[in-house]
Amino acid sequence: MQNLFWAYAVVWVLHVGYLVSLAMRQSDLDREIATLKALIEEKNRAPVAQ
Amino acid sequence: MGARTWVRVLAGPAAAGIVATMYGAFLWAPTEATMGDIQRIFYVHVPSAWTSMVAFLIVFIGSVGYLITKNLKWDRLALACAEIGTIFCTVVLITGPIWAKPVWGIWWTWDARLTTTLILWLLYVSYLLLRDFLEEPARRATLSAVFGIFAFVDVPIVYFSIRLWRTQHPQPVLMGGEDSGLDPQMFQVLMLSWVAFSVLFALLVMLRVRLEKSREAIQQLRRELMMG
Repeated sequence: MQNLFWAYAVVWVLHVGYLVSLAMRQSDLDREIATLKALIEEKNRAPVAQ
Repeated sequence: MGARTWVRVLAGPAAAGIVATMYGAFLWAPTEATMGDIQRIFYVHVPSAWTSMVAFLIVFIGSVGYLITKNLKWDRLALACAEIGTIFCTVVLITGPIWAKPVWGIWWTWDARLTTTLILWLLYVSYLLLRDFLEEPARRATLSAVFGIFAFVDVPIVYFSIRLWRTQHPQPVLMGGEDSGLDPQMFQVLMLSWVAFSVLFALLVMLRVRLEKSREAIQQLRRELMMG
């Protein structure tokens, strides 16, 4: 029964671990996208030097 | 439907499918007469193998699609499926020995099925590593696509290995000829598990493709910021 437990544990640890990793990476990328968009907007609003 | 909508649609069924699979594997499926409870690994081992093969087939399709169209959407799909297929293949390579040890008395043997599956895993790990070394998107997509097409050659070899050669690995229980077959309840749980894993696979692919689109969006925004 111990082997059975470890087999199923491996399956779900790998899948849940990957899911969590995807969520964390996506969150980081979403933050970076928001930052870049804000910087671009700021740059577009800034007055051009004469 | 956008990616976010698909994720919302698939998340619930994926979770429900996993719970149902666990119930089926432990409480519905009968105990196998020869191997006992350890046989219940079957309900995650076999669907993981099938799902990994489907994933690698999609890598092949995505690779061909990219080489023909040069549209990076095919490359994104191929990458997502290679990564997720490798995870399912890892599950197969770990659950197999865990099952084998009490049944065969050994963790591993270099028979056709096990060896070709290990080669399959190494090929797709190499695919992922290759991509890491290539910076330029078009070149990365082209070389990955070529590799992805060649790597797929091992998939039918793995599938047919137990039919073509004498192996330690059990013979197929489905479509394996006169002596093959599965208890009806076991068959139902196996199919349920495969559906659940397929929905999970689809969900993971959606999420991974979305991640890759976000990376490309960042590259585009950085270029825009630098150009002013």
